[in-house]
Amino acid sequence: MTDVSVSPSSGRKYSGEREGLAPRSRPLIQRPDVLIFLAILALVTICATVLAQMGYVSTSTVKLLGKTLCLCLAALAMDLVWGYTGILSLGHFAFFGIGGYAIGMWLMWDRTELIVLETLAQNPLPPTPLEIEEAIGAQIFGVVGSTEIPWLWAFAGSLPVQLAAAVLVPGLIALVFGWLAFRSRVAGVYLSILTQAGTLALSLWLFQNDSGLRGNNGLSGLQNLPGLDDVPQSTISLWFLWASALALGGAYLLASWTVSGRFGSVLRGIRDDEARVRFLGYEVEHYKLAIFTGTAMATGIAGALYYPQAGIVNPAEIAPIASIYLAVWVAIGGRGRLYGAVIGAAFVSLLSSWFTGGGAPDIDLGFYEIKWTDWWLVLLGLTFVLVTLFAPKGLGGLVDLWTHRRSTRVDDLGPDQGSLRAEEDRP
Amino acid sequence: MSALLEVSGVSKSFDGFKAIDNLSFSVAEPELRAIIGPNGAGKTTFMDLVTGKTRPDTGSIRYGELSRDLTKLSEAQIARAGIGRKFQKPTVFEDQTVFENLSMALASPRSPWTVLTRRPSMEVRAGEVAERVGLTAHLARRAGVLSHGQKQWLEIGMLLAQEPRLLLVDEPAAGMTSAERERTTEMLVEAAKEHAVVVIEHDMEFVRRLNCRVTVLHEGRALAEGSLDHVCADPRVIDVYLGRPETEGETADA
Amino acid sequence: MRFLLFIALLLLPLPAAAQGAIQTLLQTHAEDLANPSRRTIQPVIDDLAASGLPQMPDFLEAWADRRVVQRDADGLFFYGERDGDVYVLRSVEDGSEAGEVGRREASELRPNAGVRRLIATALVQFQLNDPDPERRRAALDALSRNATPELLDPLRASIPTEQNAQIRARKEALERLITLRYGEDQAARLAAIEYLSGGVSLEARAALNNVLTTEIVIGAPGAETNVARQLRIGTDIAEDQALALLAEEGVEVADVSRADRDAVLIANIEDGAVSGLPVASLASETRRWEAYDVLARSGVAPQRAGPDAVSELLAANPIYEVYDEPDPAITAAAATALDEVNARVARAQAADLGLDALSLASIYFLAAIGLAITFGVMGVINMAHGEFIMIGAYTGYVVQQIVPDYTVSLIIALPLAFVVAAAAGVALERLVIRHLLHRPLETLLATFGISVALQQIFKNIFGTQAVPLTSPDWLAGAWTLNDVIGISYIRIAIFVLALMFLGLLVYILRRTRLGLEVRAVTQNPGMAASLGIDPDRVGMATFALGSGIAGVAGVAIGLFAQVTSEMGSGYIVQSFMTVVVGGVGSVLGTLIGAGMIGGLQKGIEWLNPSNTLAAQTYMILFIILFIQFRPRGIIAQKGRFVQ
Repeated sequence: MTDVSVSPSSGRKYSGEREGLAPRSRPLIQRPDVLIFLAILALVTICATVLAQMGYVSTSTVKLLGKTLCLCLAALAMDLVWGYTGILSLGHFAFFGIGGYAIGMWLMWDRTELIVLETLAQNPLPPTPLEIEEAIGAQIFGVVGSTEIPWLWAFAGSLPVQLAAAVLVPGLIALVFGWLAFRSRVAGVYLSILTQAGTLALSLWLFQNDSGLRGNNGLSGLQNLPGLDDVPQSTISLWFLWASALALGGAYLLASWTVSGRFGSVLRGIRDDEARVRFLGYEVEHYKLAIFTGTAMATGIAGALYYPQAGIVNPAEIAPIASIYLAVWVAIGGRGRLYGAVIGAAFVSLLSSWFTGGGAPDIDLGFYEIKWTDWWLVLLGLTFVLVTLFAPKGLGGLVDLWTHRRSTRVDDLGPDQGSLRAEEDRP
Repeated sequence: MSALLEVSGVSKSFDGFKAIDNLSFSVAEPELRAIIGPNGAGKTTFMDLVTGKTRPDTGSIRYGELSRDLTKLSEAQIARAGIGRKFQKPTVFEDQTVFENLSMALASPRSPWTVLTRRPSMEVRAGEVAERVGLTAHLARRAGVLSHGQKQWLEIGMLLAQEPRLLLVDEPAAGMTSAERERTTEMLVEAAKEHAVVVIEHDMEFVRRLNCRVTVLHEGRALAEGSLDHVCADPRVIDVYLGRPETEGETADA
Repeated sequence: MRFLLFIALLLLPLPAAAQGAIQTLLQTHAEDLANPSRRTIQPVIDDLAASGLPQMPDFLEAWADRRVVQRDADGLFFYGERDGDVYVLRSVEDGSEAGEVGRREASELRPNAGVRRLIATALVQFQLNDPDPERRRAALDALSRNATPELLDPLRASIPTEQNAQIRARKEALERLITLRYGEDQAARLAAIEYLSGGVSLEARAALNNVLTTEIVIGAPGAETNVARQLRIGTDIAEDQALALLAEEGVEVADVSRADRDAVLIANIEDGAVSGLPVASLASETRRWEAYDVLARSGVAPQRAGPDAVSELLAANPIYEVYDEPDPAITAAAATALDEVNARVARAQAADLGLDALSLASIYFLAAIGLAITFGVMGVINMAHGEFIMIGAYTGYVVQQIVPDYTVSLIIALPLAFVVAAAAGVALERLVIRHLLHRPLETLLATFGISVALQQIFKNIFGTQAVPLTSPDWLAGAWTLNDVIGISYIRIAIFVLALMFLGLLVYILRRTRLGLEVRAVTQNPGMAASLGIDPDRVGMATFALGSGIAGVAGVAIGLFAQVTSEMGSGYIVQSFMTVVVGGVGSVLGTLIGAGMIGGLQKGIEWLNPSNTLAAQTYMILFIILFIQFRPRGIIAQKGRFVQ
């Protein structure tokens, strides 16, 4: 039963062990993964900028890069909530969409207002606020057969309010939802399904014309910044690339800081054995709620940066499947390590655009031609299954090979506490 | 000697099976107390009730000078109130280093915001605890690679690091060598000089070494209480331990 | 010359042909028939109808359809069909051929609309007494669509002789409808109302509503009018609607619209200012009105109405709803009757809603039960469960391509779908889920990967277009109790199917060794394993069973919904909700969960019928809240381990 060989001894000095202490407790800026990550991020951004200025890289490529960085940020948040804390949220992409909607409302409103003002300036009389509002209402909501401005748009003309909304609305929704769910100790697959259902509810609601957010039309023309019609898209795309890179870099630092030290230990403790953390005196629900809400806000920021580059946000973006893809990216990249999430998101989303964009050469089997636009999803789905089965560490596992991390145990990811039967395994 | 923990008239049943049946029990501070009983006697359920994992159907569990009702507190609140628990199977965070395990356990503010922003150095305190349980050399190792006995020690270390007033220790000696048992005994006796320590144990030899008051649990009730010799002489206890084979009640102690 | 002779020879014998009874009768009215007018023709029609000649209906029909011609040469009437330059003639007696005549040598009888209506009325009388019951039914259908007071008498006359009880009942019902609508006798109409208050048919409701039609009258109505109510502003009618009504009657506040105002302002801009106010300052509504008022005071523009003008106008012009029906006794009785009918309709609608909910619940049950038992036994969520539904539906489709007979193909498809989906389920369990034991979150994601791949593979094979899964004819109709309650046979069949599987599952779980093992593993896997139950085998069997049922559900769903590669994902969330609400691993729980979700969805749709999307949103929100109170579902698993 036991093979204890090391009997307790008290003669050892512990002060000399400092160097050997967990790398997680070292100052952030000395940690290799943080340094390497920031260096690569800076390199990519600067290279892209320079090449774009020289004309070697197209504006659409810069946008693709910028969008990818935003997806990486969302994946980073997903990794915090799932990879570290063990909450498999299938709803985080909804927060991404909400962030996009919040900023999209301002972009659309402000731009429409400028256009409307221009039109009304033809009028001999200067426009009144009522006239402006009516004209904007007709412009924006004509597609859903209405000219009324919904209450949701009350502050759409104010950039600060909408920016705050891009962060606070996801935060608030996550707070309420998380409070309800964690309070009643809904965990594991139950929570996953519940988050998925919530996401579905949100997307169905957005699909309605009377939701006040233009139904399935969504918000469009977001790539045009109000008042900056003179600035070419090639420049704007670089601005957003830099903003996305800064956000990702900042988020990476913040996330590294969060998962380091005792807080990180508690998070991983919750993932591995929630009940044990409770018996240590930590209010698990508060930690979960903090992480759930915080990552929702980060995802909201990612969405707010993403959609001005994508140009359009509509309810289909929020469909539950998008959130699952987020989990897929993190899983393929390697969960429980921050760079894994980033690698996964970047790798899979870029590969996906390459395959679905017709970049990959079709394979002619003689009797059948494999068109990657058709078969990419099959490839992705099956690859994902294989990764889950045989390489649970994902692409990040390759880094282990390189750094010769000793342990190859699956336990690195912690026991999967999603089980209903988690309780049974405990004494 | 006032009671630190006062359990009175507590019952708990699972689908009709009475795991704890009108149990009353109290322990003072400082005091060392052993609870013995056959399988299914309700020992683990008793611990679950005190630590808030399970809520009693009836009865009250009061703790401390203010006689706080533990049945109304969450597990985490109970833990913060000063009740530490060591599980039967070693339950440590295998993915994390010994140091991280200990630093999580060390008595310190527990709220998310404080833990996130205040980051006092815990190395000295963790080192001290590690020294007490003999894991100094292993501070930077992952707990998952420790041997079974070392995990037991780590968990005891985590219990000590919490600086609880009431220590609930479930079969601490399981899977230990005799030298380790001896040390465990010392440690528990030492802790009991200041605090209340409740030890659940099967092993009579170990209990004898603890040399303390013993409560015998049987079918969810306190069958007898007193010194080990006293309870061993009790015919009902003999009946329970020797008279009947241990066939029933797998459920309650699985 | 020879040609003319030929014509003459051809024509000659015809007048000599024996004139039949109809021709004789027609000839007596030849003048009126040739030049009918609404005033003069009634006696003619009456005479024709009264003749009782069996060929008369045909003639009347032809006459109304303008298929009768009069030969100029001899004034005889024929059925004539235009064929190029000639009319092909047939005898009015027996329809036998009667030669042809040049286009200009005969004239069509062209009864005008008024006359045609009179003819139709006369015709109805024949049709209502036609020996062929189908024709009588057709006549009644036509009558109920297009009732006129003239038809009342023929209808009444036909009732006593009617032998067919069903048709007689319809005739009586119709008689009352028409009586109510056009009858003169108050007592008869009240009796008709009384009769109608006992039904729920659309016709009855339409007839009662018809009695209660109102029109808007402005100003105090006369003593003779049958006033329904006065419309009070704010409670019965919104102010702007009231103003619009008044405007229709020409009663308007002399108000100036914003556009009018702006036009006046623009017209009066002088040197960058309007009546002394600089144009640039007119950037608000109040400023513009101020400027306008200045202009109005100086007489350039009409004055605006005062602030109380609207309320004064409304006070001076009360708006009433006045019944078209002058008799207050009739309208009062009709209103009461309509309330009664509506109450009954509401109850019937509730029953209908219940049936709808029941059928939806059966679908959810079939879709979710497999998920519930695999979740219960193995603790894993199978995201590809929806794809098993799809696989079942496509199996049905493929079978239909091979076996053209829909009944036979359905009989083959149901078990085959079970087998195919079960095989897919076992493959999934063996290849993926087995290897992720005790890692349910990863199982969830891995099965999601399978789900994505399967969807896309089926899309690649069968295309993105929905394919049909046609139900056999005997399932095509609907069972209708009355105009409100009805349910299609397919849904009844699905309900029966769900009942069968419920019975089968209960039998398997309660009466077989496998069921015992399944229950054991569900309640306590560790203990079950230590008792020698092979969890692998049980897992595989449950997976086969659960997936197979999903396959069958796929066929059933495909019969009334579209078969697409994405159809499974539409049901998966609902299925999860069913399982979560009902309680994991419990057949009864799934049944209750399905009933609750089906009922809830239909209920919300009923409250908000225009918007099924909103219904789903609210339902999901409700379920999220429900989980707060019963986190383990309605039928919670018991035992210490699930605390």
